[in-house]
Amino acid sequence: MKSLKNHISLIVALFTVLFSVQIYVAVDRTIAAYEDRLKQDYSIIVVSNKNLSQAEFKALDKLVERSEPIATDQVLERLKGEMSKKNLELLKVTLPKFYRLYLSRFPTPYEIEMLQKRLQKHSAIERVEGYAQTHDTVYKLMLLFKDVVQIFSIAIAAVTSLLILKEMRLWQFQHAERMSIMALFGAPVWLRSAVLFRLAIVDAIIATIVMCLAFFVIDQYGWMDQLLRTVGISIQLFDFVNDAIRSLAIALGVSIVLTLTIVIGHDEEE
Amino acid sequence: MDKVIIAENLSLSYKDFETIISKATFSIDAGSFVFITGASGSGKSTLLKSLYGAIEPRAGQLVVGGVKMNRISTSRLNFLRRHIGIVFQDYKLIKEWTIEKNVMLPLIISGYTKDVSGTQVQKLLGHVKLIHQAGKYPPELSGGEQQRVAMARALAHNPILILADEPTGNLDEYSSEVIWNLLEGANTQLKTTIVVVTHHIPSSINVPYKHFHIEMGTVHEIA
Repeated sequence: MKSLKNHISLIVALFTVLFSVQIYVAVDRTIAAYEDRLKQDYSIIVVSNKNLSQAEFKALDKLVERSEPIATDQVLERLKGEMSKKNLELLKVTLPKFYRLYLSRFPTPYEIEMLQKRLQKHSAIERVEGYAQTHDTVYKLMLLFKDVVQIFSIAIAAVTSLLILKEMRLWQFQHAERMSIMALFGAPVWLRSAVLFRLAIVDAIIATIVMCLAFFVIDQYGWMDQLLRTVGISIQLFDFVNDAIRSLAIALGVSIVLTLTIVIGHDEEE
Repeated sequence: MDKVIIAENLSLSYKDFETIISKATFSIDAGSFVFITGASGSGKSTLLKSLYGAIEPRAGQLVVGGVKMNRISTSRLNFLRRHIGIVFQDYKLIKEWTIEKNVMLPLIISGYTKDVSGTQVQKLLGHVKLIHQAGKYPPELSGGEQQRVAMARALAHNPILILADEPTGNLDEYSSEVIWNLLEGANTQLKTTIVVVTHHIPSSINVPYKHFHIEMGTVHEIA
């Protein structure tokens, strides 16, 4: 019973670390998906007095992913009845070229300002217009949420690491006698502390399984998915293979490093 | 005759405290039976501890089993301890391990296979008359039985040297007799060197032995 209690203490602490990391990863993933959506909604209209190629736009700023000429035929078609053919031909020649620029990612306000300045410096470009959808507030809130989650994750990781260290000091106390006796018979350090490492590894595996199951349930249950759909995002919150591997690596890393700390700090009984 | 233990001007103390053993010079032949006696606090247990490397010499030289004990490395000390059997007054058995596994400890450390270890442990538990207790845990046994287990553990890996710190100090007459018989048997049959720290040399001892007495921090050999 006592041993089970010791196991549960470490498993819960490791689970908390893994859960907070996974929450951070999920928020990061959500924001990345949202940024991708915003990027598609964001475009810049450029008015130029001569034809400009995509390469020319890209050379101006690496933020430009591609350019697309806006056809003027429809506008001219509507004017057909109101203007003479000669004037229409003249207008067709003198009409500036319109381009829609698509960006490689969602820009910051500073980046968009710099991009517009660079475009305006071009001798052929007469006008630049940016059209952003009204996502800015939601996006800024999401970024704020990400920062808050990050701070909480770091704080939780620090506190739980201290708890794990304390728990392992208890283990050390429980195993000190056995380790000292083994030392008296010439057991090397790895053999003396094998039980501690075995316990730490088993608990790390259990904590990872519990965390994976928890996120699998959250992912499968659907309410989170529904919530994300309301802001137009559809993502996989939990990537079973990659996230499980990362979580296992974190759990094993934390528990093995802390076990090593305990083993190195163990004084042999005289 | 080969020397298992050589001490030259050996001084021992705990950290920077008062010297407990001062400038001791003695040697112990391989295959001999040695008693170290002295009053309580005379330093006999301290001397024994220095023989298994729990205390480093403060001054002088100490060589055990051909290994210099001065500034000995951990790996060298572990190597030496794998060739020594130690018996303590308080048994030092691992409580959460069965009797069988306790006896097996030196064999596990030395890397013997399960088959070899199992056979050896069964044989030794037979010798100490505890074969029927193999699956029990130390707290389930009496003091005498626990010391017999400790004795079996000390013999398990056929050590070159057995160090015993008041092995019968807490035991009844029957258990004491069993322990002395086992130590005598190891000495006469296996030619194992035995060093016993004790208050009194038992009158029933049937092997020739050497006697060192510690008084005022000095080790004297008594003829």
